[in-house]
Amino acid sequence: MPELVSHPEEVKVISRRWGQGAADIDKYIELGGYAALRKCIEQGPEWVINEMKTSGLRGRGGAGFPTGMKWSFVPKQSEKPKYVLVNGDESEPGTCKDHLIFLHDPHSVIEGTMIAGLAIGAKVGFIYLRGEYRYLIEIMERALAQCYERGILGKNIFGTGFDFDALSHTGAGAYEVGEESALMESLEGKRGVPRIKPPFPAVVGLYGGPTVINNAETIASVPFIIEMGGAAYAKLGTERNGGTRLFGISGKVNRPGVYELPMGYNLKKMIYEVAGGIPNGKALKAVVPGGASCPILRADEIDVGMDFDQMGKAGTMLGSAGVVVLDETVSIVEFALRTIKFYQHESCGWCIPCREGTDWLKKTMTRFYEGYGTTKDIDNMRYLAENMLGRTFCPLGDAAAMPMIGFFKKFRDEFEEYIRANPSAPESQALVELVGA
Amino acid sequence: MSPEMNSVPNTIFSPELAARFDKLVTLYPARRSALIPMLLYAQDEVGAVNDAVIAEIAQRIGITELDVRNVISYYSLLHTKPHGKFHVQVCTNISCMLRGGNEMLAHCKEKLGIGNKETTPDGIFSLEEVECIGACCWAPAVQVNYDFHDNLTTEKMDAVFENYRQKAGKS
Ligand SMILES: Cc1cc2nc3c(=O)[nH]c(=O)nc-3n(C[C@H](O)[C@H](O)[C@H](O)COP(=O)(O)O)c2cc1C
Ligand code: FES
Repeated sequence: MPELVSHPEEVKVISRRWGQGAADIDKYIELGGYAALRKCIEQGPEWVINEMKTSGLRGRGGAGFPTGMKWSFVPKQSEKPKYVLVNGDESEPGTCKDHLIFLHDPHSVIEGTMIAGLAIGAKVGFIYLRGEYRYLIEIMERALAQCYERGILGKNIFGTGFDFDALSHTGAGAYEVGEESALMESLEGKRGVPRIKPPFPAVVGLYGGPTVINNAETIASVPFIIEMGGAAYAKLGTERNGGTRLFGISGKVNRPGVYELPMGYNLKKMIYEVAGGIPNGKALKAVVPGGASCPILRADEIDVGMDFDQMGKAGTMLGSAGVVVLDETVSIVEFALRTIKFYQHESCGWCIPCREGTDWLKKTMTRFYEGYGTTKDIDNMRYLAENMLGRTFCPLGDAAAMPMIGFFKKFRDEFEEYIRANPSAPESQALVELVGA
Repeated sequence: MSPEMNSVPNTIFSPELAARFDKLVTLYPARRSALIPMLLYAQDEVGAVNDAVIAEIAQRIGITELDVRNVISYYSLLHTKPHGKFHVQVCTNISCMLRGGNEMLAHCKEKLGIGNKETTPDGIFSLEEVECIGACCWAPAVQVNYDFHDNLTTEKMDAVFENYRQKAGKS
């Protein structure tokens, strides 16, 4: 069982029931569960969407899109049924927060799904978990079954006339399926190849019906927002970045773990105070602040608040809030190779810039790592990555290119040093001439 | 397509799994949505998504076998050849790499005497280097079948192996 950590700086909102047996419905209700749903049924969809807008909650899946606004895009009238789809594919390297939500508080996901359904007029919700999370799927299935037993799911919930069905669903191993349109394809029983946008899922989604897709943490935050009120939730964070966030701190720190901290929390403090600093008296080298796809920050760039806007200003992203910490012993060349290996492996192969781009980056990085690199390779790789940006069918291409550009930009010295340090490698030519010779 | 058209009188699955599948296809707005869960659950019981599994699932869903194969080839957890009884999946992605994931993989190779994507001669263990399994804060992490093993050291990993070896001996 994954270890739970705690720190006095934490503001426990969505993690407040963790470790208390709240996967069981009685405990969940005892701790205040399903009261938010009752309130939402009383107050009605418009009130719910307004609370969500006021809360300043932004998507926890990575892109940070305002949740209330996303819900309001769903057309009120629709011939086809509407759906809620919860994204629990959680495959961004460095990210394991949804894991703990599913383990310790599955009912908060169910309750959030139902509230989202009420808000947009959907009668069915799907909770998609990555296939590796089998034990969590079983926990979720038990939680759902308990809801049906208690009449919290099904017809005429709480005698109010509100009907809702929810179902958990297993994936079978694929990072790309976390991309929302590929997620819908996968739920429909197909290869996880992304769909062209527009139309956006809010208009044409699952089975052709309007669909709201949210990350599991986003959805789990909903009942808490309703309980405390959107305005109070917003105040926990920073401007335009409401609430708290689950930060997964991993890598070279003394106390790795998932910590719930206010949005905008200082990254330096997070590493040195909350996570206990760097082990063995080593110096910090760099931080990947929000999962593998976010450009790296150098040690001198981490005195910055962790919210979507401040991270954007710092030239990177908050992403999935998976904070990966590198100390001075880590080779950026090796780290870059491992990163691009992942994206090359996970590219679905549908569009050429992503399929070929990730493949050539991996090939060139591999050769570079093996000691046959040239200065030209560094230029070529950066040029290639920059030309993938915005040119792929779905954002996986960007997710691969952005961190690579970051490595070359921030640690070019180290790449050059790597060439010098491997003088035994025979003089070699760049694999291809990409940049005008 | 009506359910009767897809009923399978001579199922290769256990009665429990067959009953589960009969229900699963009715839960979604479209039958085909049950495909990926069915493939994974069938694989768990049979050991691989082999020809017989593919044929029956194609029939249950009402799609061609080729269509089923196309889906299988996309998903990394699905395999058409059997693994060892205990499939050891070692994460070497960034967070695990920073805490000894590569060394853990090397240790497993040595301990089991097999390489990546190979199976021990007695069929008890198979080994695979995998991408992030969502246990980054508890790195290095290994998954054996569906069980997570967190915060590993090579000594702890040896104990994990021993545990599974005993389990294999009992059944
Ligand atoms: C390649 C790729 C992988 C993604 N993986 C995930 C994931 O595992 N979980 C997730 O919630 N969002 C993931 N996303 C983001 C989703 O596309 C989508 O933006 C998100 O689920 C929306 O929910 P939110 O608004 O609550 O963040 C991924 C995006 C891309 C491009
Ligand atoms: S990087 Fe190994 S579990 Fe995430």
